[in-house]
Amino acid sequence: MSDLSRYFFYLFSLLTIGSALAFVTRKGPVPAALWLVNTMFALSGLYVLLDAPFVGAVQVLVYAGAIMVVFVFVVMLLNLGRAGDRPDLRGIGGQLTAGVVGAALLALLLAARRGDAVLPALVPSSTSTSNVVEPVAQLLFTDYLLAFELTSIVLLTALVGAVVLAKRRTAA
Amino acid sequence: MLLMQDVASLFPTGDPQGPLADGPFVVAAIIKILVFFVAYLVTVALMTLAERKISAWIQDRRGPNRTGPFGLLQPVADGIKNFIKESTKPGEAEGLLFRIAPALAFMPAMVTWAVIPFAAPLPTPWGLVDMSIANLPVGFLFMLAISSIGVYGLVLAGWASNNKYALLGGLRSSAQMVSYEIAMGMSTIPVLLLAGNVSLSAIIQQQQAQGWNVLLLTISWILFVIAGFAETNRLPFDLPEAESELVAGYHTEYSGMAYAMFPLAEYANMITVSALATTLFLGGWDVPFTSWDNTGPWTVLKTLVTFAAFAAKLGVALFSFVWIRWTLPRFRYDQLMALGWKVMLPLALAYIVIIAAFTLALEAAGLRNSIAFSAALFALNVVLLFICSRVLDRGRLISPASPRARLAEVERLRERSAVARRYGGNPSRQREVDTTPAGVA
Repeated sequence: MSDLSRYFFYLFSLLTIGSALAFVTRKGPVPAALWLVNTMFALSGLYVLLDAPFVGAVQVLVYAGAIMVVFVFVVMLLNLGRAGDRPDLRGIGGQLTAGVVGAALLALLLAARRGDAVLPALVPSSTSTSNVVEPVAQLLFTDYLLAFELTSIVLLTALVGAVVLAKRRTAA
Repeated sequence: MLLMQDVASLFPTGDPQGPLADGPFVVAAIIKILVFFVAYLVTVALMTLAERKISAWIQDRRGPNRTGPFGLLQPVADGIKNFIKESTKPGEAEGLLFRIAPALAFMPAMVTWAVIPFAAPLPTPWGLVDMSIANLPVGFLFMLAISSIGVYGLVLAGWASNNKYALLGGLRSSAQMVSYEIAMGMSTIPVLLLAGNVSLSAIIQQQQAQGWNVLLLTISWILFVIAGFAETNRLPFDLPEAESELVAGYHTEYSGMAYAMFPLAEYANMITVSALATTLFLGGWDVPFTSWDNTGPWTVLKTLVTFAAFAAKLGVALFSFVWIRWTLPRFRYDQLMALGWKVMLPLALAYIVIIAAFTLALEAAGLRNSIAFSAALFALNVVLLFICSRVLDRGRLISPASPRARLAEVERLRERSAVARRYGGNPSRQREVDTTPAGVA
């Protein structure tokens, strides 16, 4: 890792962590959602630093673009938008559980970093190429075809379910 | 002395046709960003004038002609006026979001330009300078990703204003943009199928080799242009700011320069979508009918000529944007949604399947990189266009305001006009004949 990318790594990491913290501490749903968008953006910067520009672009496209737009849309339609209109939706029990889970995950990461446990190489090394989509597509449609198809069936089920639920509400 | 040498060693001169070293690369990037920034803002300002001039021309008026020669200083006058107006903020508005929403509306349009190649590479003493700000390997996805966040500015402006008309405008814009973004993304998949890559320079190379995509993938192009109009909130898709229904839509509560940012963002988006249409379908900076500009060795002349070609195509696209705005009326909301989801999306999906199957068949026949490949695709498009023009007529695409005329009614009207024709096309005479009591004439 060259010096320049090291600085960028720290920049994007700080942005990610800061935005994530702001996301869980904001009370209004709309500001929280916007901080989440910011988190997604900073994360995609980290992916690009990892030489995975495709994942970075898809991260913005799918999370920051599509899902967050729908999320903000729903929040606005349900008129939950304004902080102060209603008390915090999360009870004290929920906050405590979330805190404990977060601390446990952090401890796990630190332990893995400290100890001699060698993390297995999850990403197969690939040669650098000008076509960044081809390696992903190659794996997706050969080695991981079953997982890919199952995921699409899950998504299709969710889609059909959403349509059925929406239909029932208008009929009633 | 040492410092001078250090600086000089950062900028080694090299082969004009070779790649840049790190130092010149960074400097070239900064220069490109600055030049682009100024040129873009000037173009946006001039577009506001061009719109008024062209609309005046279409409506047989003169348009702005008092400020400078041909009204050329009108954008400057508008800008000064907007800057000295008070920028108000409603008491119940959400402070920070209300202020940054105009900027959020403007910025994505500008950021998309980072990946658009606008000319052939320029040779310099330090090496070959790419004529795009960042030649990303994922340029196409970058463009889709950035355009998908363009909606935040409008939605947040609508929400933060705390005004029902503004909120409705914001909701409309988010629904519209999410719907048409899908159609837009799907319409460009055939381009990727032909190019086999997601970098915009590869897409331009493919068009230089095989011919422009507007001929090879005509239906994609049509879908892309329609979706582009919807993405920029231009007429006939400007429902988020429909004056007759929503006062001014999402920017109802804005004034001064904060307000002006929204129309400016619209023009900025127009320029960006035009540039994308140019790059994806009109060959980018390719000069038609010659292959002189397609390969090295690169010269300054080639850069200038290809830039002129790109600018000319961009200009044509921008002119059609204005032209269509002053020609077509606004859609109704249900028509807009029906068109996006029930017509454009299925059509785009079907087209992907057809193009993929056709390309596969041609490849199996061993015709991948030949003139026959382009000719076959063009012929396929002519056939598909004919079918589409037969099947998708206006009455089927969008539900009309009144029910369609019954066949008997049409027959009756035809009968009347036939009678009118018989009496020399003079309706008053026909009426005389009609009212004459039977048996007298």
